[in-house]
Amino acid sequence: MGNYAKLIIKSQTDNLGLARITAASFAAQLDFTVSEIEELKVAISEAVSNAIVHGYQEENGEIEISMELSHNQLIIVVVDEGVGMANPKEAFKASYTTTDERMGLGLTFINSFMDKVEIDSKVEVGTKIKMIKSPEQIKKQIN
Amino acid sequence: MKLIAEKITSNLIVRINGNFDLHTAEYFKKQISSYLKKEINNLILDLQSIDVIDSSGIGAILSIYKKIKKRGGKIVIININPTLKRIFELSGLLNIIKVYSSQREALEKLQRR
Repeated sequence: MGNYAKLIIKSQTDNLGLARITAASFAAQLDFTVSEIEELKVAISEAVSNAIVHGYQEENGEIEISMELSHNQLIIVVVDEGVGMANPKEAFKASYTTTDERMGLGLTFINSFMDKVEIDSKVEVGTKIKMIKSPEQIKKQIN
Repeated sequence: MKLIAEKITSNLIVRINGNFDLHTAEYFKKQISSYLKKEINNLILDLQSIDVIDSSGIGAILSIYKKIKKRGGKIVIININPTLKRIFELSGLLNIIKVYSSQREALEKLQRR
């Protein structure tokens, strides 16, 4: 296992900046471009916002953000123990939204800016979003 | 987030500084709505100093867009970088909001309407 770090935050919007900066700083160990780091920050913002708005429905709770480096890949897992979703696959459909003003764009951005995204969710248990991204430069070398 | 507003004729130029996310989207909507009480037709959003914008920020801009459209005005965007442009493209906002390279160009185009 490569380097890893874990951040646990209270589910409040004040912590969004902390989550983004921590993940961006951790990601800087790989050869990401400035623009790729910007994209990563948006994906983190969306995953943590989802946990605050949908997972905990703006009530108190804890969000765990695990970061890991493995074979030139950045793996980020955002976990909440909120209300969860009965059918997480539905969330990937374009403009899927329940109530918020974010236009259902959160997962669209995550999908566009990360290489791989997996969602695991259970009602009354919580939601786990796993996101993987490699630097474009590394992908070009492999191909 | 810090908003710096400047009124030029009936146009309001707002420079957005910092993070535009779930934490600041509501503040943005409230501030802009209070500016719109004055004699403002059009809004020019200057994105040069935005650190991060996510779907909450996009949602807030859409909400203000609807408000201004109702009054017969326009929102335009200036100083957008490639990452921000991609976010705006993905959201579909670029289909309804025009992008200009500078404040001068935006003011000229809005004047010609």
